[in-house]
Amino acid sequence: MSGKLFRRILFTLVALFMAAPLIVIAGVSVNAQRSLVFPPAGFSARWYGEIFTDAAWRGALTASVTVAALSAAVAVAIAFPLSWFLWRRHAPWARVFQMLGTAPFILPPVITALGFLTFWTTVGAYGQPWTVVVAHGIFFVTLPLVTLSLGFASIDRALVEAAATMGADDRTILRTIVLPLIRPYIVSGFAFAFVLSLNEYIVAYMTVGFTLETLPIKIFNSLRYGYTPTMAAVSILFVAVAVLVFGLIARFGDLPKLLGAWSSRD
Amino acid sequence: MRADAPKRAADYAPLAFPALMLTVFFVVPFGIMVMVSFFQRQPGGFYTPDFVFSSYERFLSAFFGGVLGFSLGLAALVAVICVAVGFPFAYELARTRRRVQVAWLVALLAVLSLSEVIIGFAWSTLLSRTAGISNLLVWLGLMEKPTALTPNFGAVLTGMVYQAFPYTVLVLYPAMARLDPTLMEASRTLGAHPLRAFLTVVVPALRNTILATFIMVFVFALGSYLLPQLLGRPQHWTLSVLITDQAVYQSNLPFAAAMAVFLVLVTLSLVGLALLVGRKESAA
Repeated sequence: MSGKLFRRILFTLVALFMAAPLIVIAGVSVNAQRSLVFPPAGFSARWYGEIFTDAAWRGALTASVTVAALSAAVAVAIAFPLSWFLWRRHAPWARVFQMLGTAPFILPPVITALGFLTFWTTVGAYGQPWTVVVAHGIFFVTLPLVTLSLGFASIDRALVEAAATMGADDRTILRTIVLPLIRPYIVSGFAFAFVLSLNEYIVAYMTVGFTLETLPIKIFNSLRYGYTPTMAAVSILFVAVAVLVFGLIARFGDLPKLLGAWSSRD
Repeated sequence: MRADAPKRAADYAPLAFPALMLTVFFVVPFGIMVMVSFFQRQPGGFYTPDFVFSSYERFLSAFFGGVLGFSLGLAALVAVICVAVGFPFAYELARTRRRVQVAWLVALLAVLSLSEVIIGFAWSTLLSRTAGISNLLVWLGLMEKPTALTPNFGAVLTGMVYQAFPYTVLVLYPAMARLDPTLMEASRTLGAHPLRAFLTVVVPALRNTILATFIMVFVFALGSYLLPQLLGRPQHWTLSVLITDQAVYQSNLPFAAAMAVFLVLVTLSLVGLALLVGRKESAA
């Protein structure tokens, strides 16, 4: 068996496995009836409409997007000064904070979720809508931390030194050299955190699950009363958003490099 | 401008906000959770500050020991399957044209970012009687009538492999992309069949990467909390499910915290092991 054939078979099988559940829920999401049947009976886009017209679904969508945008901003606000400091200053002990920022992402998510649950109950803020923004901001800080440290590593120090020689101070260098070079990495770090926050369930559930319904919480709560095509439509919408966001990162940035491949040779 | 040591107090200013946030909202919650695991539980969902080991004792009972064994076994099985398929896949992926690579990376990231809720919903639909794969088999004439393929162990395993596979490939991808292509060329020049070259050159060269990836995927799978609930029966529940259950439905925070602390210890020792193994690789 030639290598080409092996690759083709392997890729096809993996693609089928990855796509199978998505194909089925895409089919289900365009069903004309209010039941889950596949192949779909008839065609209708009404379940997609329901996400935006039904007050409960629209509320959950608004909550999810708001939480995702704010917590991604919090994550970047933590990650940017930290990775700038690590790049600008020689202070090995500061790596401790980098490790702290990576820890929530390595531990099973239920740990971080439970940590926040005990914390918010102890300080008496349990159930406040903003708590989930902070929780997600901390939980996803790893992503901008990773993209930003890659970004800083790619800045040519000679450029910065030249500016310093000509009398530019730290602030000027940050504004005129560092920020323009680092912007794509800020955007991709924000985007990664945004998409993952949008889909996150357990941390959101354990912080605000009973007072604020994000879309994953809403889907899970609705599962108890059976499956509906609207859930399928929401799922497909989420996949579409993820593909769009990562597609844009790939279009305007170097995705293989962001994911750790060294060179960008073809 | 070289990176220089901070001299004045103002030099530390950028660190203030990140350090404050990470300490207050990660270190402190974590510390409180560890404290709560030693608290005395009161009936009705409350607890009083104390220093008792009752939650840990309960955790060491036969039932929870069984759950722990099941969780570890399941995570190990998921990791074996993912690495066995993901390794050759990532290898081939790193060797395709760049456009193909990027398309796959986007797809894998999209699946990786999917909520466990959605993955669970999608697979239970795919395995259901009314909308599932059995309808396809009936349509093809391979089956009499559609059947439900969930809940059972196979469904849990399938869902978890689905969830962990993109992660596996993305962990392996950098190592594969950095693999020296001359290694394979040399073995090919010497007349080795591609499969033989893969098995005798690539696999041994990346032995430690494989081990480190296995551990990382194992830890990742250990964190799965919804799929065992959505696709399995109560006997398929994992430690993560039980922690959620105790914390949210049984209102027994000390017990949930004790299990969480234990899970942290397991995870950290595994991650430490993975880092150690990975370091050996880069040193070699």
